[in-house]
Amino acid sequence: MSTSTAASPETTSNGITNSLTTGRLPRWAPWATLGASWLASLGIFALMAAATGTEFNIVLALVVGIVLFNILIYVISRLIEGPRQATNRFVTSLVASAFAIALLPLISLIVTVVVSGLARFDLTFFTNSMRNVVGEGGGAVHAITGTLLITGMATLISVPVGVLAAIYLVEYGRGRLAKAITFFVDVMTGIPSIVAGLFAYAFFSLIFSDPGVRFGFGGSIALCLLMIPVVVRSSEEMLRIVPNELREAAYALGVPKWLTILKVVIPTSVAGIATGVTLAISRVIGETAPLLIIAGFTTSVNTNLFADRMMTLPVYVYNQYATPGVDVDVYLDRAWSGALTLILIVMALNLIARLIARMFSPKLGR
Amino acid sequence: MTTAPAVRKAVVRPADRIFAASTIVAGSLILAALVAVALFLIAESIPALLADPADLPGSPDSFWAYAAPLIFGTIWAAALALLMALPVSLGIALFISHYAPRRIAQLLGYIIDLLAAVPSVVFGLWGIKVLAPAIVPLYGWLVDNLGFLPLFTPPVSGTGRTILTVAIVLAVMIVPIITAISREVFLQTPVLHEEAALALGATRWEMIQMAVLPFGRPGVISAAMLGLGRALGETMVVAMVLSPAILITFVLTGSTNSNTIAGNIALSFPEAYGLSVNTLIATGLVLFVITLVINSIARYIVGRRKAFSGAN
Repeated sequence: MSTSTAASPETTSNGITNSLTTGRLPRWAPWATLGASWLASLGIFALMAAATGTEFNIVLALVVGIVLFNILIYVISRLIEGPRQATNRFVTSLVASAFAIALLPLISLIVTVVVSGLARFDLTFFTNSMRNVVGEGGGAVHAITGTLLITGMATLISVPVGVLAAIYLVEYGRGRLAKAITFFVDVMTGIPSIVAGLFAYAFFSLIFSDPGVRFGFGGSIALCLLMIPVVVRSSEEMLRIVPNELREAAYALGVPKWLTILKVVIPTSVAGIATGVTLAISRVIGETAPLLIIAGFTTSVNTNLFADRMMTLPVYVYNQYATPGVDVDVYLDRAWSGALTLILIVMALNLIARLIARMFSPKLGR
Repeated sequence: MTTAPAVRKAVVRPADRIFAASTIVAGSLILAALVAVALFLIAESIPALLADPADLPGSPDSFWAYAAPLIFGTIWAAALALLMALPVSLGIALFISHYAPRRIAQLLGYIIDLLAAVPSVVFGLWGIKVLAPAIVPLYGWLVDNLGFLPLFTPPVSGTGRTILTVAIVLAVMIVPIITAISREVFLQTPVLHEEAALALGATRWEMIQMAVLPFGRPGVISAAMLGLGRALGETMVVAMVLSPAILITFVLTGSTNSNTIAGNIALSFPEAYGLSVNTLIATGLVLFVITLVINSIARYIVGRRKAFSGAN
């Protein structure tokens, strides 16, 4: 079965055949096959592009190379190692390809947003609103203030409610109510964001009996609905990993339960809770649909959460794309810059969350 | 003679009561919010359900005749997205949990989680400006060569704004969700099962088939359902990418596509007034019920294994 030469690892230096490694491909074989199939595929595509004068599509060439690699490694391994090893190698390469496939859109998206977004990523963008702007110029300061206000208000409401509910679940909750809350918190994480927006609209339009109700606070309420379950889940997990010995030590000293929670349990888990809250903010700050419905859109700065329409960054991006003026590119550039700002904010929040988790996490081990 | 020691009751301080009560209030508030969502949506939907169908937007025969294409489009787009996302997600989850070297596995997990952090409106912009133009040649090829299939009936869309493009973007968006949960489940496979399989001479794939996949099946099913729930409710991608029409069609590559409930609401709501607002809210109620049922089933399956859930 072996097709190897004397230099292969199958024979040891003294010429005795090692029965454990015979009939196995050397370790570098998959990588060599991958390189060869990429080279072949790139070569073929380059030739075809040169022959027909079409553009050289490097993404397609790489993908075809991966497919070629999957087939090649199966055939080679089947010939040398037998069907079981061949299936194993085939699945290994498939699984690795799945990861590569998922990376394609991520890379493409980030590159596009950064390249297209930089065109208008300037001072005007962060100092001007869209008031009286038709065509060039204009910025997103009204949208950025709106996003900060609405998300800030949503955080102010969600964090106390979410953390208290988590405390209930961990420290007090027994029986049916706790089970129901746990279950429905999980179910609530799956509420479509647009339904949250519709709820806020239905709620406030019935209360104020105003079918055209649009204001920032409604947006905050809609975001709360999406944010509270995330805060509850993450805080609950953090509270649960606080060691029981700490609580018992406090009780033994005669500290009442509520003070134990406030002075012992929460300070121990505060880093984890802060991480969870930051991640929750990053999750809702990019929500578009609910704000489109209840906060509406406008072109000027509005700092009053309780009256009039309020622009937010995601809605700004959508609006610039959906209702362009005569000069479409100007509007699109602004949309991409808005998208870049949004992604930068979200990435920064994620980074902060990881930093908090790393720097302030309690040292539980001894 | 010994006397029984007097039983001392624990002191209950007012502050204890207040604190405990406030946590109960916060917990109950969550349940109340969910009930309120249902109640207010129903309250605002009733006018549309009771109204003369001729007054509804587009004058359909009944409310359900109006909603049927939207419900179909919602489920069709989400199912397509799930079909594409599930195999890829399982591959990534296995790659991170059982193939990648330990040291970089966590980093790879972060990279996939980055996909979940991208706001949906940015995905929409990417879908319409990058993916749709790039994929038009593929659609042309599909319609030319597979046009006899009902899925690829000509004419082909010239802009790429089809339901298949939407489904691809939705698939990218739900991959991180399905991956995160499946990864957790796969990592919980009892190590003894894995080692037993390997000790009997199984290859890595045979070990996964024998030990990991059977153990993880319920978790994978619920992960898929959670991903489906997310795809059903996704709004902005549909609103920005799809070129919608009011019809029921299975064609993947045409220029007229069934709209989804969420996409229709986002496109129509800003200009809606009177009864059409109620109609849109009624369709939103339908979406709410669909996602609630799917999520409840998924959570029930996950809940039987306590340790993992999508929110962590």
